[in-house]
Amino acid sequence: MENRPLEYDYTVAKMFMLTTVVFGIVGMSIGVLLAFELAFPGLNTILGKSAAQYTAFGRLRPLHTDAVAFGFTVSGIFATWYYVGQRVLKVSMAESKFLMFIGKLQFWLYVVGVAAAVVSLFMGYTTSKEYAEFEWPIDIAIVVVWVLWGVSIFGLIGIRREKSLYISVWYYIATFLGVAMLYLFNNMEIPTMLATDAIGETNMGSWMHSVSMYAGTNDALVQWWYGHNAVAFVFTVPIIAMIYYFLPKESGQAIYSYKLSLLSFWGLMFVYLWAGGHHLLYSTVPDWVQTMGSIFSIVLILPSWGSAINMLLTMKGEWQQVASSPLIKFMVLASTFYMFSTLEGPIQAIKSVNAIAHFTDWIVGHVHDGTLGWVGFMIMASLFHMAPRVFKRELYSKSLMATQFWIQTLGIVFYFTSMWISGITQGMMWRAHDEYGNLAYSFIDTVNVLHPYYALRGTGGLLFLIGFFMFSYNIYKTMTAGKRLDSEPANASPMGA
Amino acid sequence: MFHWLEKHPFLFAVGVFVTIAFAGLIEIVPNFAQASRPTIGTKPYSTLEIAGRQVYIKNGCNTCHSQLIRPFKAETDRYGHYSLSGEYAYDRPFLWGSKRTGPDLMRVGNYRTTEWHENHMMDPVKIVQGSIMPAYPWLFTTKADIETAFAEQVTDQEFFGVPYNKPIPMKDGTTQVVKLAKSIAGANADALAEAKKVASKMKNQDVKDIVAHGEVPEIVALIAYLNSLK
Repeated sequence: MENRPLEYDYTVAKMFMLTTVVFGIVGMSIGVLLAFELAFPGLNTILGKSAAQYTAFGRLRPLHTDAVAFGFTVSGIFATWYYVGQRVLKVSMAESKFLMFIGKLQFWLYVVGVAAAVVSLFMGYTTSKEYAEFEWPIDIAIVVVWVLWGVSIFGLIGIRREKSLYISVWYYIATFLGVAMLYLFNNMEIPTMLATDAIGETNMGSWMHSVSMYAGTNDALVQWWYGHNAVAFVFTVPIIAMIYYFLPKESGQAIYSYKLSLLSFWGLMFVYLWAGGHHLLYSTVPDWVQTMGSIFSIVLILPSWGSAINMLLTMKGEWQQVASSPLIKFMVLASTFYMFSTLEGPIQAIKSVNAIAHFTDWIVGHVHDGTLGWVGFMIMASLFHMAPRVFKRELYSKSLMATQFWIQTLGIVFYFTSMWISGITQGMMWRAHDEYGNLAYSFIDTVNVLHPYYALRGTGGLLFLIGFFMFSYNIYKTMTAGKRLDSEPANASPMGA
Repeated sequence: MFHWLEKHPFLFAVGVFVTIAFAGLIEIVPNFAQASRPTIGTKPYSTLEIAGRQVYIKNGCNTCHSQLIRPFKAETDRYGHYSLSGEYAYDRPFLWGSKRTGPDLMRVGNYRTTEWHENHMMDPVKIVQGSIMPAYPWLFTTKADIETAFAEQVTDQEFFGVPYNKPIPMKDGTTQVVKLAKSIAGANADALAEAKKVASKMKNQDVKDIVAHGEVPEIVALIAYLNSLK
């Protein structure tokens, strides 16, 4: 055997990098439109009155959430897996024709599935369950794509040279298993066409339609067990997989503590699933489920901060890189936002706080701390790190990257501050009574007062979107016009080599 | 032990799966049967109401309106009695929502009328000054999908044992029967008969014409559904 480094094959990684960028633009643009629709309701008919039903807030909202979750984020997860997986398992995709085929098949089915999802949501085919809006045919497509990804993960693991699984691989495996379990159980539904036989009709209404297997309170419980943990296994677990690989690589520093990564991994796996009940506080689910949800949400700070602190301490002794490298800035701020949102979440899960926060914009703000600051930053940082190595070209512009960093950071700050104020204002106004014990405000009072915060939030989102366009341009230019590299770019310190 | 596990991917995956799976089992399974029991007085939806519910879902009303009244004075003052688990027994899917951009609708049938909804859906700002809700004028001309609503009801009956055509106990000790037709033609006729009652209280000419023509506009189904929320 020749003694030379492996040539990794990034064909599939490149394909998913492309969809990360494209779906990111689509999902975030819709998000910005939605934000401004709340501030300026006239925008609900932005494409004219005849297209009003396709641009109204209610129709577009699932398109935004699903495009950024299952389009942008999941593409990012796949893209990084097809990059990181090979490298930490020390095996190239080119070594297995089968796995290469599976990877490409997964990509094309995924693209078809996303296209079908977008069209069907636009047309109003939705189950209404958040982040699980897709009707049953698309659910089946998603399951197939996911199984293919599983084949890819375990296939690559099967032919690995490095026997010990690196931390990132733990998290990718957990992502695969967690989403599989959650998605299957939450989307249990009966297509209504199966019922046609029962009354002797051959064809009855829309073939896309289905009925949830669960009713009422049970449906809510299953949905938020799913909804909360979709956040866990799409917005947290795989993003930790990324940072465990890309931060040490980019900074050239070794992971601060193996024990801390063990504790946070198994802690996160154990604790996260319990916390779903905090979405249902003061609802009709059993009290003990609510209390468990609250308590485990607080406990969840431990494993979450474990990972984040492990990342920050990885920079120990090398903090000057934060000043000198915009890419390190992205990753360090990402772990900081991770700490921030995993503290904010548990605070909101305390029952008395939740009584004010639930149903308000504060929750929306909290989600976006995590998705913009942590998920968005980390996926972009990963792609920034991958681009020169995948395309064998120098990154097009570091200064553009630095500008993007500051614009987007400002955008996030606008976003969460406005949503804090708006959410708490609304929560307090809803419950305010006057001196005679009557409600102090009508509902519309609590809407009108929010206008400036909605406008500010839209501006924050717009800044983030502008930054995302800068990111896309930078990646595109790197791909097409960056200076060609003979060898991989070196790391900041020799540890990362 | 962990070092060893990290060299054995299959067992590692099993370990992860067990760790993540049992929280769900413990939280969801024990109360499952109890939570599916209806309260006295809770009826399944009629064909027209289900059609309206589908319009509600299709347009994402649940993205801005909750259907869950929490047990606080401020909420019961504003919306009525706090929600009970059994009241949702026939809600597939549940429509609690997660964001109250607009007010809760759990008991909107108690304090809003057909006329109010008609005017409000056509132009919300005219009825509620400063409202940020978009208008839904197309609902007055597009036709409700009665067939799919009927298919949903048959599914409810066949797969989940929803008691259509059976006596349902009411709070006053009487019983009521929610009718489910035997065929599509029957379902259409039932829905139309119910739609006529709703439309008779409406002023919109398009709506009257469509109903006179033997079809049901989406707005009529939606209002029938909203009126049923009590």
